[in-house]
Amino acid sequence: MTNKTVLHPKHIEAGAKMVDFHGWEMPINYGSQIEEHHAVRNDAGMFDVSHMTIVDVKGSEAKGYLRKLLANDVAKLTEKGKALYSGMLNEDGGVVDDLIVYHFDETNYRLVVNSATREKDMDWLNSVASGFDVTITEIPDYAMIAVQGPNAKNKAATLFSDAQKEAVAGMKPFFGVQAEDLFIATTGYTGEAGYEIMVPNDMAGDFWQRLIEAGVAPCGLGARDTLRLEAGMNLYGQDMDETISPLAANMAWTVTWEPADRDFMGRKALEAQKAEGTQKLVGLVMTDKGVLRTGQKVKVSEGEGVITSGTFSPTLGHSIAMARIPATKDATAEVEMRKKWVTVSIVKPSFVRNGKSVL
Amino acid sequence: MSNIPSELRYASTHEWVRPEGDGTFTVGITEHAQELLGDMVFVELPEVGDAVAAGDDVAVAESVKAASDVYAPITGTIVAINEDLENTPEMVNSDAFGDGWLFRIEAEDPAEVESLLDAEGYENSIDED
Repeated sequence: MTNKTVLHPKHIEAGAKMVDFHGWEMPINYGSQIEEHHAVRNDAGMFDVSHMTIVDVKGSEAKGYLRKLLANDVAKLTEKGKALYSGMLNEDGGVVDDLIVYHFDETNYRLVVNSATREKDMDWLNSVASGFDVTITEIPDYAMIAVQGPNAKNKAATLFSDAQKEAVAGMKPFFGVQAEDLFIATTGYTGEAGYEIMVPNDMAGDFWQRLIEAGVAPCGLGARDTLRLEAGMNLYGQDMDETISPLAANMAWTVTWEPADRDFMGRKALEAQKAEGTQKLVGLVMTDKGVLRTGQKVKVSEGEGVITSGTFSPTLGHSIAMARIPATKDATAEVEMRKKWVTVSIVKPSFVRNGKSVL
Repeated sequence: MSNIPSELRYASTHEWVRPEGDGTFTVGITEHAQELLGDMVFVELPEVGDAVAAGDDVAVAESVKAASDVYAPITGTIVAINEDLENTPEMVNSDAFGDGWLFRIEAEDPAEVESLLDAEGYENSIDED
């Protein structure tokens, strides 16, 4: 049984090449994924991300529940609409999923979780909820469109009403606001400015069409993957999963240890992992010909690791990757590529921000 | 359905072969192959003068998605390579049967080409995939 988003007919109309993405029939590209990638880096592109799961968490103990559920601490969220990126961990300290949580007030939050893990996530959200006065409600009424790129905000704003323009005026990164029928957030998965916009299902096709007319290029999952990888953003199921500690997935910054008495899910296991030391997620750069690929073996002085995500970087013109390897002082690593070992540089796992190399 | 020119011969591994009439044969990858691979980012070519045997992996077409070996469809000597692909590998996507050619072979036995698939045979072989 394949799921389709409400924008599916628009993708077919545009001649998109469709693929199965964890049970959803989604566009991989509309012709050239590299051109779509450049559209986002240089102008404005958009992605159908309606397959992602929106979950509202409401109730008198919503805050306490999320402080238990998430490794990051929603107590940091004081301003209305402010968002936070977090992992939710199992008791062994593995990552059940990564998500964004929007704070409206201490009894009212919205989560956006991955589509591939939807059922597992809902089970987990509900099981951790026992004993808390919260209601957890999946919201299937919205399509979601990510409009990203240096011109994304201006182009998207041409579709906004005066009230919506006012609602987003001066909105800082990582905020969300309900403005009339749209939920507009300054979040994304590309390393560019832009919005993620939740649109009521019955308006979505028309909204998408008007974005095309405003000069926003439709982009598929192919470009989405090269963009997020250049930005050093993790993909669940590749760069981390239930068996991987956030400390081994470049997510240590999302774990809030203080206050020490906040007993979030997975904390005990995570403390032990921290004391013992874990593998690290690093960036790899190869300027020679060839492309680093997911699953390739990596060697450093301290032992072996693996490329979790590898690709060709259209912005940089050479290959980049994220790899989980033993903690190392080495500046280079050896990667096994097509039967030979190749030397590559080790860098922080972030390659491009706002259209420019950060290497 | 991909474009499959009837004047060319094909290998089941998705190479096309064009007789140049002087005992040399131009080789590229088919429209169908480039569609499967997606945006091309590097093409590794053999060297002029290399002796190749039919079935040898002699080139690599590397796309955003995957690296794919390209096999010599016939036995002979490499007499030319498409150096433009160094800077514009995307020509393999935009013009697979034309400017996106990979290399040219001087056949040891020009009759060997007759053993390759014709357009219809290649189309059938794709349908079976």
